[in-house]
Amino acid sequence: MLSYAVRRLLEAIPTLLVIVALSFFLMHAAPGGPFDSERVLPPEIEANLKAAYNLDKPVWQQFVIYLGNALQGNFGPSFTYKDFTVSELLGTGFPVSLRLGLTAILLAVIIGCTLGILAAMRQNTRTDYSIMGFAMIGITIPNFVMAPLLTLVFGIYLGMLPVAGWGDGSIQYIILPVVALALPQIAIISRLTRGGMVEVLRSNFVRTAHAKGLPERVIIVRHTLRAALLPVVSYLGPAIAGLVTGSVVIEQIFGLPGIGRYFVQGAINRDYTLVMGTVITYGTLIVLMNLLVDLVYGLLDPRVRYD
Amino acid sequence: MPPVENAELLRVQDLKVHFPIRTGGIVFGQYTPLKAVDGVSFSLKAGETLGIVGESGCGKSTLGRGILQLIKPTDGKVVFLGNEMTSMAGEQLRAQRQHMQIVFQDPLASLNPRMTVGDIIAEPLTVFFPKMSVAERKAKVKALMAKVGLLPQMINRYPHEFSGGQCQRIGIARAMIVDPKMVICDEPVSALDVSIQAQIVNLLMDLQQEFGLSLLFISHDLSVVRHVSHRVMVLYLGKVMEIASRDSIYAEPLHPYTQALISAVPIPDPDLEKNKQRIVLGGDLPSPMNPPSGCVFRTRCPRATDICAQVVPKLEEKAPGHQVACHHWGPPAQALV
Repeated sequence: MLSYAVRRLLEAIPTLLVIVALSFFLMHAAPGGPFDSERVLPPEIEANLKAAYNLDKPVWQQFVIYLGNALQGNFGPSFTYKDFTVSELLGTGFPVSLRLGLTAILLAVIIGCTLGILAAMRQNTRTDYSIMGFAMIGITIPNFVMAPLLTLVFGIYLGMLPVAGWGDGSIQYIILPVVALALPQIAIISRLTRGGMVEVLRSNFVRTAHAKGLPERVIIVRHTLRAALLPVVSYLGPAIAGLVTGSVVIEQIFGLPGIGRYFVQGAINRDYTLVMGTVITYGTLIVLMNLLVDLVYGLLDPRVRYD
Repeated sequence: MPPVENAELLRVQDLKVHFPIRTGGIVFGQYTPLKAVDGVSFSLKAGETLGIVGESGCGKSTLGRGILQLIKPTDGKVVFLGNEMTSMAGEQLRAQRQHMQIVFQDPLASLNPRMTVGDIIAEPLTVFFPKMSVAERKAKVKALMAKVGLLPQMINRYPHEFSGGQCQRIGIARAMIVDPKMVICDEPVSALDVSIQAQIVNLLMDLQQEFGLSLLFISHDLSVVRHVSHRVMVLYLGKVMEIASRDSIYAEPLHPYTQALISAVPIPDPDLEKNKQRIVLGGDLPSPMNPPSGCVFRTRCPRATDICAQVVPKLEEKAPGHQVACHHWGPPAQALV
């Protein structure tokens, strides 16, 4: 399994290279640039600016220079956040997004799986219908509706929690954004869990487990859950990568210093280096999470072989 | 075949398993019962094998599962070892499972693909004998694996690494590990090819001999049933048509349905087979949701008359130890073999 993991990590290098190259050239192919503005700059200043950021060179040369720097851990200065390097921006924001994202996904897995199992065990009863109805609502209400509602109720009417801000990063600042992030995930995970459970509960080997005389608890935990959780696990890989890189909407609404906003602002401002920084962060996470998913698959199903 | 003791192990009384099926539209629809098993009564003695035969969909498997309470019966009684089981649930019922086990039809699908064979076989021990040490459990599993014809060193393999016949041996070992008094064999050999069928059937008979097991042997294969059973019960549309000792049911079947079934068994002699008289039943099995009135077999019966549509024939003893449910019972018109 270790050699498999190492091989997969090595395979990730060309994958990431392709991602980096593709986004770099696409970004440069798009019309416009970081220093375009309403007010036309004097040509000398523009030339100076471009020279300072290597933008006067052919694109392939820029790519080689960027790649060379990036491999040394230097992702360059941000074009719009003057005086900050991309590493600094992402380095300060990422811990915030990571903490929010991981807490949200942990909450979503615990609650989502529990609800899904419950719904599957009480299939086609009132319990099942209410859980699945709740899940449907959770999926359909967008977070830019849910987040202000939460703020209104818990922040303003009840006054229990701060309306927005990160403060010192203590728990009361995290609760509302985490709940807003987790709700749709709870909904999706509970539906996936229920679907998997319902299918496995009908399978022949579960019938065998009943015939053996096993208690219900053992049948669920030992026989059903491992098979039923496969779809949840494959969903979780990309979901974790998405959540820990921050949510633009949630970070804007709650005024949080995460990295989600850089994805949008970088693109709007043509902040070439910042966009590349976010792409590399996200790409790396996706690759790592998918590797993790494949390794967990092996734990859940002995028929998966790593060779 | 081992001799039968006289003690009654299992008594099934007027057992009914009905499934509610929604018919009609979503709004004005209603539930119609599908009568998979409809008033079956019989008893099983210690050490005895009762073969249960019938065509597909006649309720053989449902009967087996209904007896084990894997499907809750709608009505009737199942008395096993003196305990009435249809009213049991939960803990009480689970305790009974130590004495009654089942071997399923699909050998591979019935084994959890995520557990090693050793864990699969040993699992019932962890429930019924929680104090047993790991080493003791492992020794027991290995001994039983050897007994059912598996190499004990395969204990850490997974089910998909075995052939169908080997998987069925695992299924048998799994059922036998708790020393049950009765094993229901639900089409245990229908998924296997003929050479393997013989091995598995003989294994079951050896185990029966050694442990004094009672077997309920469910099969659609009359030749296999003839090989293993002391007595044979014929089911049609969830009802018992005929029960008799193996020898009398094969030599002189009294119910026209049994006669048709037996006449359909191929004879492994081409000359005899060519000249054999075959009773061919017309039509299909009627829907168990809307069974015929009176005798359920009358729509396909060569002897049917008016009375068959009006009066349900009772299962009655017509010869010593030979029960038939038919108004026009009697030996076949011509020799079947």
